[in-house]
Amino acid sequence: MARPIPLQVVTANALVSGRVVWLTARGGWTACMAEAAVFDDPAQAKDALCRAEMQSDRVVGPYLARVRQSADSTEPAHFREAFRRDGPSAAARIPRQPPETD
Amino acid sequence: MYRHDSFDAAFLAERNRQFRDQVARRLDGSLTEEEFRPLRLMNGLYLQLHAYMLRVAIPYGTLNPAQMRKLAEVAERWDRGYGHFTTRQNIQFNWPRLIDVPDMLDALAEVGLHAIQTSGNTIRNVTADHFAGAAADEIEDPRPYAELIRQWSTDHPEFQFLPRKFKIAITGAPHDRAVTRAHDIGLRMVRRNGRPGFEVIVGGGLGRTPMIGQVIRDFLPVADLLPYLEAIVATYNLLGRRDNKYKARIKITLHENGIERMRDLVEARFAEIAPDFDPARTAAELAHIAAHFAPPSLPEAPEAPYHTARAADPVFRAWADTNLHAHRAPGYGIVTISLKAHGEVPGDATSARMRAVADLAERFGRGEIRVSHEQNLILPHVALGDLPAVHAALRRHGLAAANAGLLSDIIACPGMDYCALATARSIPVAQEIATHFERQRLEHDIGPLKIKISGCINACGHHHVGHIGILGLDRAGVETYQITLGGDGAEEATLGERTGPGFSAAEIVPAIERLLRAYLGLRRDRGETFLQTYRRLGPGPFKTALYERDRADAA
Repeated sequence: MARPIPLQVVTANALVSGRVVWLTARGGWTACMAEAAVFDDPAQAKDALCRAEMQSDRVVGPYLARVRQSADSTEPAHFREAFRRDGPSAAARIPRQPPETD
Repeated sequence: MYRHDSFDAAFLAERNRQFRDQVARRLDGSLTEEEFRPLRLMNGLYLQLHAYMLRVAIPYGTLNPAQMRKLAEVAERWDRGYGHFTTRQNIQFNWPRLIDVPDMLDALAEVGLHAIQTSGNTIRNVTADHFAGAAADEIEDPRPYAELIRQWSTDHPEFQFLPRKFKIAITGAPHDRAVTRAHDIGLRMVRRNGRPGFEVIVGGGLGRTPMIGQVIRDFLPVADLLPYLEAIVATYNLLGRRDNKYKARIKITLHENGIERMRDLVEARFAEIAPDFDPARTAAELAHIAAHFAPPSLPEAPEAPYHTARAADPVFRAWADTNLHAHRAPGYGIVTISLKAHGEVPGDATSARMRAVADLAERFGRGEIRVSHEQNLILPHVALGDLPAVHAALRRHGLAAANAGLLSDIIACPGMDYCALATARSIPVAQEIATHFERQRLEHDIGPLKIKISGCINACGHHHVGHIGILGLDRAGVETYQITLGGDGAEEATLGERTGPGFSAAEIVPAIERLLRAYLGLRRDRGETFLQTYRRLGPGPFKTALYERDRADAA
């Protein structure tokens, strides 16, 4: 049986705000993981990462993260990426501000 | 307390001006991230999981009300209205925007606070006994020496690129509240023939290779403090390994070279450089610094309100039993303000609470506040008669948890809720343990207990020296928690022993409960603490309690 093809997204932190962002299909950045471009071709994912690395005026430390896709959502494969998406688990008791974008 | 002179103020202003310029050049594209990263780290600015993080030093854990109010203002104006007090007597702001950090640093500089050397391979914030200047068991207030070390180590040209970070802790008391044996250098004040001096401990550290420090000099006269420290750090600077980040701390240098060789090299270097240090100038500077730490006047005050409240109010009595410590002055006490209310994030304080503490320090505490490595705040000088009023104010602000030194007074690193290095979460484990045992009403019965939780092997949560240590790891994509037992960070410093296989996030609280119920059954009487029982019986019965259910299930 063939190994399942890894699905990947490009993620980074925004330069000005530091907030977690994902690369979109149009080459921009989004603070909403559901809007991230999902790559099923490792070569394309690598290309996208290279292009992201050129955007050092907008983001810091881009890398590829694995995801799982179902019919209606994209889910991080690892819990670390889930925390990056969802924020601190203690957040409920922390005064929140509206999400920021660059 | 110490006030920065014009030299300090000009130095800080210049550093902040430089960093403002560096941030501007990063934002306009003149600097790449690779170029900018070491510059931001030199100024305490990290990039964490969700955002930047600014780590501000609180030298020797001492704050005045104006500084605390400034921290509150910074949190509110540029962050999310709270800060996190850490095990290194720093405060971390978790959500600053890069563009705002220069303004934050300028605001902090208004009250003499900064983020210099809170990161990087330099000498970090010097930490001290949080009861310094107040404790009944103290030989001398260690903070003037800590301030001297701060001045000496700040921007020291020889020590800006050490093999690895370097942490110094100092205590003036025989009971070690500053974990000196788990620091690169630990200084414990001792007296010999009536003269004060230091026992110098070197090569302690936790992290992936935990080690208890060793005594390199059993008595160092105070006049020799700076040249001797300089000799240690200079020796390490040359001898320390730079080929492997994980073998670069002085504990490994000591381990590989042995204490005798280290001592010989340090003493040789000391003999070489000591003549360059002018003891008269050091003594004059120390006297100048010490004047800033002159003990506050603590006039005799009526104690009656304290005794009346103790007799009448069981809530007050419970709080005083745990959160009040003996002061050197009769009629006074040291108040621990718990930042560990059951279910809250250990070490977090909102701006409103920071201001409440500043107000109390001003009104009842001679304007002094301390930050403890155990992530609590301290009012070091409170008249016993004022305690009912202090307690009532703390209750209004949700700061009156009566749990200092008990099970829920947990050290927890930020873990994977914030930290980019973490392998698992710490905070929710601390919250669940605290709320679970609160529901069981077992905390006061269990008595003195230090639980310490780290979210990765770097051990910021000091798990190796917890009576119960918990280490969060990533095992095949699942958060897994290992337990160590019998650790101790005080004067009989001991590293905990691992019990065996780890527990899942769902299993860890029940595992801790089995452990503690076993202790309740095993202790000789209520006076025997968990640690004493463990030391008497060894790990055997505790391992059985932890794992017997698994064996029963497997059978």
